Formats: sequence, structure tokens, C-alpha cells
Amino acid sequence: MTLAVFFGCTFIAFGPAFGLFLFTIARDPLRIIILIAGAFFWLVSLLLSSLIWFIAVKASDPQDERLQKGLLIFGVMFSVLLQEAFRFLYYKLLRKAIEGLVALSEDGCSPISIQQMAYVAGVGFGLMSGAFSMINLLADALGPGTVGIHGDSQLYFLTSAFMTMVLIFLHTFWGILFFHGCEHRRWWEIAAVVVMHLTVSGSSFCNPLYVGSLVPSYMLMAAAAAWAYLLSGGSAQNLRRFLLCLRSGASPQPGS
Amino acid sequence: MSEDSEESVPLLPLQQESMASALFNTDQNDNSERRRHDHSERRRNDHPESETNGQPQNNIQQVVEQDEEEDEELTLKYGAKHVIMLFVPVTLCMVVVVATIKSVSFYTRKDGQLIYTPFTEETETVGQRALNSILNAAIMISVIIVMTILLVVLYKYRCYKVIHGWLIISSLLLLFFFSFIYLGEVFKTYNVAMDYITVALMIWNFGVVGMICIHWKGPLRLQQAYLIMISALMALVFIKYLPEWTAWLILAVISVYDLVAVLCPKGPLRMLVETAQERNETLFPALIYSSTMIWLVNMAEEDPEAQRKASKNSTYDKQAPASQTQNEDAEADDGGFSQEWQQQRDNRIGPIESTPESRAAVQALPSNSQTSEDPEERGVKLGLGDFIFYSVLVGKASATASGDWNTTLACFVAILIGLCLTLLLLAIFKKALPALPISITFGLVFYFATDNLVQPFMDQLAFHQFYI
Repeated sequence: MTLAVFFGCTFIAFGPAFGLFLFTIARDPLRIIILIAGAFFWLVSLLLSSLIWFIAVKASDPQDERLQKGLLIFGVMFSVLLQEAFRFLYYKLLRKAIEGLVALSEDGCSPISIQQMAYVAGVGFGLMSGAFSMINLLADALGPGTVGIHGDSQLYFLTSAFMTMVLIFLHTFWGILFFHGCEHRRWWEIAAVVVMHLTVSGSSFCNPLYVGSLVPSYMLMAAAAAWAYLLSGGSAQNLRRFLLCLRSGASPQPGS
Repeated sequence: MSEDSEESVPLLPLQQESMASALFNTDQNDNSERRRHDHSERRRNDHPESETNGQPQNNIQQVVEQDEEEDEELTLKYGAKHVIMLFVPVTLCMVVVVATIKSVSFYTRKDGQLIYTPFTEETETVGQRALNSILNAAIMISVIIVMTILLVVLYKYRCYKVIHGWLIISSLLLLFFFSFIYLGEVFKTYNVAMDYITVALMIWNFGVVGMICIHWKGPLRLQQAYLIMISALMALVFIKYLPEWTAWLILAVISVYDLVAVLCPKGPLRMLVETAQERNETLFPALIYSSTMIWLVNMAEEDPEAQRKASKNSTYDKQAPASQTQNEDAEADDGGFSQEWQQQRDNRIGPIESTPESRAAVQALPSNSQTSEDPEERGVKLGLGDFIFYSVLVGKASATASGDWNTTLACFVAILIGLCLTLLLLAIFKKALPALPISITFGLVFYFATDNLVQPFMDQLAFHQFYI
């Protein structure tokens, strides 16, 4: 509706992800490729799930509102499951790639570890998911109009931006958790990721009652963040040392 | 170690002496070819032709394998870097095209069609429209094939002057006329008041510097920027003047043609390369985007260069072809390199993607060529035709899709992944491969799928504010 809304929503939704990209991914070409391939995998999963939804909609009565909404909900759930399936497929592909990298490297180690790949893959999924949710909205935000003039919520753009941001973060953490679960054969971690994803998507059915969707999503994000941090080798001591180091500025920062 | 596995071969082998003297000529040749390609409507066919055909082809990638093991090792390590070296310019070109399409309405306004696509698509029935677009695509592709064959014939009968002249005129037209129109439309869009004198000065400077950078010597970044700009201009012209269905059909057909022309034994591209190889000449190195400057310099000083090269040549016989072909490329593009560079050039075989010549060169090269000194510095080449068609696809997607930005983004990712896969295949098969088919196929599939399937789904989700 104004440039301010456009820039505000863009930075809310994509700011953190862009920062992550700039500081951790942009330097390494291999990571950029993994990021784009992750985005591609997410896109393919979306394509397949939209195909199924489209077929279901075409086979049903377009006038029946409840049925259409029900089909949409089914579409959302199916899409979530398909996304996780493609995450698993991507894991398999990256595993093969790591074996290839190890075989081809001079010193027997791969230039990138599976944990780093998990993180980048998660960011890839998240960025693509966020972009697809948000980009058309942002384009509309630049044009004329009034939000909520027909009685809908006036916070539409803002809440969409916040939801997109939380989804991008969640995808990143889910990537780490999922790959960790696959690596160590802990199926309950994988199941937890799937359940979390279903929960977050399910909570969005409460919209426009934003407290029902944003609050649980952020809480889940915090939980997933802590879990992913612990799985990646972080601990309370590490965190404390990191924060204290920042304050004192005397010791070198712990590596990430 | 020789890492060139990922990419390939520089252009055809060439004697150093002849190279030096031929440098200027072939240089012009290339450039003119390139210009011709990137050329205006009148010579539109040239463009496609050049892509597919002779010019150091956009579509062809070649790889030289010097030392298998080392090649393999470095494939993935350096492969990633080279992939990114191509991602960036391709992305930039697409961004320029999409930004222009979205802001300047001139390029989405229907102002007639090219003479190569005479049938209109404003017909009453869908069947008639389909028929017209098929006819249009058929005419366009035949023009391309004819021009390609004409180029091969001209080259075979050594009509270099004709080719040079053609290329120079093309690049003049592109750098001056098209950019003038572009500038005019941008000013109109933003309602900027401007006088002719300032415009003349701007266009003059832009054009002259462009001609110098592209055909002679110039800073690498500036040259790359110019190549990206002219690819974008050409793509915009295509987007404007090709009606919708025709454009998609042409994209599909040209990928098939690319595949056939590069991989079949009787393909015109292949023949062109073989001819150039027989003559030990470089083929048109113009129309290629090069990411590093490892070339030899100075076309201007032909004699001393020739002598130096001659001496070097005898030492690096095996590499000669490759380096020379690369050389040619470079020569037009970069200049001012020292003896040191020459040395590196001689020692290296840089990756080149799109030259038919390279393909021939690869085949001609003995298997144990010298390894390059510094694999990391090896550059990558991609033909401008590839840039143009990728941008046409993404531009058309952003211009006409109902899903709008989603479709554009999907096509963009699809094309990048196609490029990545093509480079991977290149590293695996180590021979010339066309760069268009995989990317264009992915792009087309994702365009139609996203526009028709994903867009209604995302639309409904956005309406209810559901998140997946």
C-alpha cells in the first residue's frame, strides 16, 4: 500500500534469512548450489502437491464452499507430508554427494559436512517456501489498495510477514533436526519434525485469529531452535561463553 | 593438476603464427558473428543461428580431460566455483530483463511481429492459433537452420570479410540503436525530461566503449557487463516481438535443435568445428561470455606476439589447440596481458562451455595434455545465446504468467538447476554438451506447471492465509 509497508514486510520476512545467506552461505559456492538445489526440491514437492489438489478440485463441485475449504485443508496437509518426503529425498541425494566429495578429495575429507549441508538445505527450503508465500503479497503491497476494506483483518501484510519469517527459521531448524535424525537413525526425531510441521500448518487454519497461529509457531520455533542448537553441539556453557565473550571482548569467539 | 574436467576446451587449435595474424581477423570474425547474433530483428536469424551454429557456441560445452584422476578430483571442488561463476551473470541478465519487463511497458505491448513470424496469433479459434504458432516456429527454426548452413558455407569458402562485416554491423546496431530505444522507453516510463544532445552523448559513449570492450580490449568486468547488457537487450526484443505460443514453441524447438546440432555427426555446428579444426584456425570466438582473463593479449602487436607465440607454440604443441582457441576468444575480449599470462595460457586449458570448436579441439587433442598451473584461475565460458534464451524464458514468464512472481521465481530456479546439471554432465562426460536443452526443458515444465497448478493453489492459500 505504500513503500513503507513493502520494505517493512520484506525485511521482516526475509531480513534474517538474507542475513543468514550473506554471512554463512554466500562465500562458499558449494553451499550456494546446495541452497538452490534445496529450493528446487521444495518447488518440486509443491508442484506435486498442487497437482493432487488441482485434480481433487476439478473432480469436485466448485460451488460447495465447505468442500472446497476441506479440500484446501487436505491439500495443505498433503503438501506438508510431501515436503518432508522431499526433504528425505534431498538428504539421500546429499549423502551420495558427500560420498562423492570424499572420494574425490585429496585428503579424504569432504569440504562440507552433512550438518552444514543440513543447515543450508533447511535455509533453501525455507527461502523458497517463504518466497512463494510472500512474493505476490509484496508485489501487491506496492500497488494501490486498502487492507481489510471488506472487513478482513487489517494486519494481513504484517502477520503474513511474521509468519513467513517464522516458517523460514523453522525450515532451517527442521533441516538440521531431520538430517540429524536420518544420520543417526532416530526415527522419532524425523517424526517430531513432521508433527511440528503439521502443527504449524494446522495452526495457520486459525487465521485470521492470529494469536492462534503466530504464538504457537513462535513457541515451536524457539523449541526447534534450542533442539537444533543442542544437536549441533551447542550447550548452555557454549552459549554462556559466547555471550560473555561478547561482553568482555577479550577472548576469541567460539566457532559456529 | 588438470582440472579442467569441468569445462572445456578452448577453441580450435591454431598455429601460433597464424593465430597472431589470424587473431585480428578471427577476432573480428567472432565479434561480428556475435554482433550478428545479438542482432536486430532484421538479422534475428543470425542470432539463433550463431548460437546454434558456429560461434563459439553458447550451447556447446567442452571439456578437456588432461589427467583423469586429477580431473575427477577437482571436478567437484572447482566445479562449484565455476557453476557460481556462471550463476551470477545468468542471474544478472535475468534480473535486468525481468526488471525491465515489469517496469517498462513498451516491452510487453504488442506492436507487431517480426517478419520471421508472419502468422498472427489473434485468431478466432484455438486450433487456428495453434496452427499459426506452429507455422511461425517452423519458419523461425528454418531460418535459423538456413543461416547456420550459410555460415558454414561462408566459413568453408573463406569469406571472412563477409562474416566480419556482418558481425560488425550487428554489434553496431545492437549497441547503438537498441540501447537508444531502450533508453528512450525507460525515460518515457519514468517521465524523465531529456534533450537529444545528452542522449546522443550517452549513447555514443555507451556504444563506442561497448564496441571497444567487446571487439578489442577492455577491463574484464566491463566487458562482462556489456555482454550481459546486450544479451538482455536481445532477449527483450525477442520477448516483445514474439507472440506467446510462438515463443514457447520456439524455445522448445531450439533446445531440440541445439541438442541435435551439437551431438549429431552431421550437425552444422559439428561440421563448422571440424572445418575450423582442419584448417587449424580458431572459429568465431565472439559471442561468448568469459569469466576470467587468462588469455593472451594484445592483438594490436601482431608481430612480436606472433613471434613469441610461435616460439611458445613449438614447446606447447599439444596444448596449442586448446590454448589457442581459448586465445582467440580471449584475444578479442581481453587485452594487455603480459608474458606471464601468455605462459599461463599456454599451460592451461580453461574451461569453455560453448564452442563447437572446442568440441572438435577436444576430440583432436591428445589425451595427455599439460596440466594447468592454477586450476582455480581457470575460467568458464558460456555463449551469449544461452543467456538470451534463458532470459527470454524468464522474461516471458514474468510478462504473461498469471502466477506472476511465483512463476518467474520457479522458472529462475529451474533454469539455474538445469545449468548446474548441465555442468555436472559436462564434468562426467567430458565432451561438448549443449547448454540449452536441460535448462529450457526444466524452465518450460516449471512455467506451465506453476502457472496452471501451483498458482491457483497458492492463491487459495493466500486468500485464507494458510501456510504450508
